[in-house]
Amino acid sequence: MQKKFEINILFGGQAGDGIRQLGTLWAKLLAKRGLYVFLYDDYPSLIRGGHNFSIVRAANYPVETHKDQVDLIVALDLETINRHHHHLSEKGFILSEGKTSQGFSLPWSKTVKEAGVPRIMKNTVALGSLAKFCGISFEELSQVVKKLPQAEKNLEMAQKGYNLIPQTISLPSLPEEKRFLFYGNEAIALGAVAAGLKFYIAYPMTPASSILHYLAARRETFGVNVIHPENEIAAVLAALGSAYTGSPAMVGTSGGGFALMVEALSLSAQAEIPITFVECQRPGPSTGVPTYTMQGDLEFVLHAGHGEFPRVVLAPGDAFQAFYLTALALSLAWRYQIPTFILSDKHLSESLFCQNLPEKIPQISYKKWHKKDEYQRYSFEEDGISPLAFPGDKRAVVKATSYEHDPFGITTEEAEMIARMQAKRLKKENLLLQETEKLLETKGPERVPALVCWGSSKGAVQEVCKALGLRFIQPLVLRPFPKRALEKALAPASKVIVCETNATGQLAKLLKYHDLEVDEVILRYDGRPFTTDSLKKKVEPLI
Amino acid sequence: MSLEGKTPLSTYAPNTWCPGCGNFGLLSAVKQVLLHLKEDNKLHQVVLVSGIGCHAKIVDYLAVNSFYSIHGRVLPVAWGIKMANPSLIVIGHAGDGDAYGEGISHLIFAAKRNTDLTFLVHNNRVYGLTTGQFTPTSPKKFKGRSTPFGSPEEPLNPIEIMLASKATFVARSYVGRPKHLAYIIKEAIKHPGFAFIDVLQPCYTFFNTYNFYNQYVREIPPSHPRENLEAALELARRWDYGEKAQEIPIGIFYQIKRPTFEEEALIKKHPSFDLKAYVAQNHS
Ligand SMILES: Cc1ncc(C[n+]2csc(CCOP(=O)(O)OP(=O)(O)O)c2C)c(N)n1
Ligand code: SF4
Ligand SMILES: [Mg+2]
Repeated sequence: MQKKFEINILFGGQAGDGIRQLGTLWAKLLAKRGLYVFLYDDYPSLIRGGHNFSIVRAANYPVETHKDQVDLIVALDLETINRHHHHLSEKGFILSEGKTSQGFSLPWSKTVKEAGVPRIMKNTVALGSLAKFCGISFEELSQVVKKLPQAEKNLEMAQKGYNLIPQTISLPSLPEEKRFLFYGNEAIALGAVAAGLKFYIAYPMTPASSILHYLAARRETFGVNVIHPENEIAAVLAALGSAYTGSPAMVGTSGGGFALMVEALSLSAQAEIPITFVECQRPGPSTGVPTYTMQGDLEFVLHAGHGEFPRVVLAPGDAFQAFYLTALALSLAWRYQIPTFILSDKHLSESLFCQNLPEKIPQISYKKWHKKDEYQRYSFEEDGISPLAFPGDKRAVVKATSYEHDPFGITTEEAEMIARMQAKRLKKENLLLQETEKLLETKGPERVPALVCWGSSKGAVQEVCKALGLRFIQPLVLRPFPKRALEKALAPASKVIVCETNATGQLAKLLKYHDLEVDEVILRYDGRPFTTDSLKKKVEPLI
Repeated sequence: MSLEGKTPLSTYAPNTWCPGCGNFGLLSAVKQVLLHLKEDNKLHQVVLVSGIGCHAKIVDYLAVNSFYSIHGRVLPVAWGIKMANPSLIVIGHAGDGDAYGEGISHLIFAAKRNTDLTFLVHNNRVYGLTTGQFTPTSPKKFKGRSTPFGSPEEPLNPIEIMLASKATFVARSYVGRPKHLAYIIKEAIKHPGFAFIDVLQPCYTFFNTYNFYNQYVREIPPSHPRENLEAALELARRWDYGEKAQEIPIGIFYQIKRPTFEEEALIKKHPSFDLKAYVAQNHS
């Protein structure tokens, strides 16, 4: 076995400097060497000016989170050094344009100016310097640079940057396995496409917008219509209209946009129309902190909507899970004719993961009508699931409705019918639970303290568990609540510590509500995700 | 048990509109049009979408595909249906509270997009189902239950709004002229694009306007140049939905052709997508 290797690099600059692109190219370069990579992106809610940075962690073993401490800073402006030098490890280096005792001072701006190319290409020059510094061949570097728009100019700039600096360190490489690079939102989008999505309808809102952008740019390839309507209310209702005709639809937004969709969530439940919501959380309340992260909407999504009805809430923690669970969310929505949710957040949605895709991908399927007797949209069935027919079918009259109704979909106020229909819809929850309860990740020894987490906290929590020999537990489904599975998983643990990035411990409260014991809660609510080093420090005194 | 009621296209649902309600006239005009579609073997392609209010009950009374949606949201639902299956004939039924209050943003955007729908506003100029409050088209000083001392607001003129919002078919009709109404609905369905009809529909119980309309309603003469926006605006301004009128024109104010949203925006037929190849190409 190779010795453990990792390298953490912070790329910083002003908004508009192309920092994220620089980080992403670096991540691609190392992924091509067979290394595992993870990219964390930190940027303020503005277009120009302001400080941006990305941290790319690369290792010869799987990494799904970043660290605060870095080995190298690539600073496209001086502020980057001022802000981050204290995160640099003792033997770390700085590549920048300013004077530095700890690295190299490199004339990137001058290079760009002399070549008369757009200022943004400074990031390519810097990438060239970094590659050479790390002993990456120009051949390898050009593999990723030549895929950029204006490839020739970018290659020229990369070469110039490459020539500015001597090789100083070297990186290992691994035999290339089948692994891919996905931002969380790309994995969500692709999972939906793979399951059979036909309409994605969304109003822009960070950190969900990149799903909209990714799908819109590739709609012909994917065979998915991508629509940006007047507001979130229109988005969700158009999605329901689409699904009523048999055409699967998904909507995506953040907390504020989802608040506007809540009335239609109840409609989907009453009308039993399949729909999948993607809620990418950011710190609230209200506009909050648009480009930062928080797991603050769990209780909102679990309980949103008037009336009582079954729903599925899935919380992926990395790109693999995001892909799989989004496909599953669509599949469950259609098989049970219910609303389903993907609960993401800025940290999952906008971080880059290096992972594989699942072998088996859940597909949209549904109970079809057999065209025997007269069609009843809401016929009573053993499992509560009425067969689907769609308008345009010569033999069926398909009546969907927001009112309580009889089996034909005609409004009712009869006591007996009301009670039967309420029970019909709720019946699905038991079946659902049987299917979703197994969605639980556990790792590590049993009779030790357990760290329990959900969603994007997975990466950091998992790594801390590994480092400290603790049990790792991550429920992927939060409703229907997997009580028995969690009970079993938690029982041997010597202590239960819940870790989440919100201010009140929403998962911890949920566990307690279901009579599961929680000993300690570790919270972070400054808009930043857990990092392995900071979380480890918080866990150590508790075990 | 069967959905069908005693008369053609009806259901077993008991009708609960007040005697004298203008919705009866509207229902029979719609039925007449639907019967024609049935003769043409197109009834199964029809989808009615309603909001919430007295008007909306119409979908319970017709044995036709329907989506009984929520207050104010007829248009986004109808739009979703049409986008997902453009071969369907989608007809929206909304109240004036629905269309001009709760959901007015959708109305403006449906017109702007020229999505291929027919949209009928059952305009009784009052909230019927919630028992008589003022709406965006109630006249100023209207004494409703939320404005017992008279509405302080000027009414909107929805015809003007639709003309300003780039609707390609803008009409008004009156339930007291059933033949006219049926004709306008047929023309609206034929129109490729967003076809808007403001239907004057007296609420017998909370705002009885029959006499007023009978006195002032005038059919727009065939000589009116339908493609002329200025002429349409001039006609639209002859009545401001106020308490008084000299003449209330009914008919087609404006009609032009413009590509529909569905023609412009939807992807051409769905390709087969190879996930593995795509990911290998684009994500490594
Ligand atoms: C979101 C929401 N707000 C309020 C209501 C209550 N409500 C039901 S019908 C209605 C008004 C109906 O007026 P209109 O749309 O003009 O229809 P009409 O009854 O006059 O046909 C209202 C306010 C509701 N159902 N939903
Ligand atoms: S309240 Fe008015 S609109 Fe409603 S049914 Fe009665 S008469 Fe018709
Ligand atoms: Mg009304």
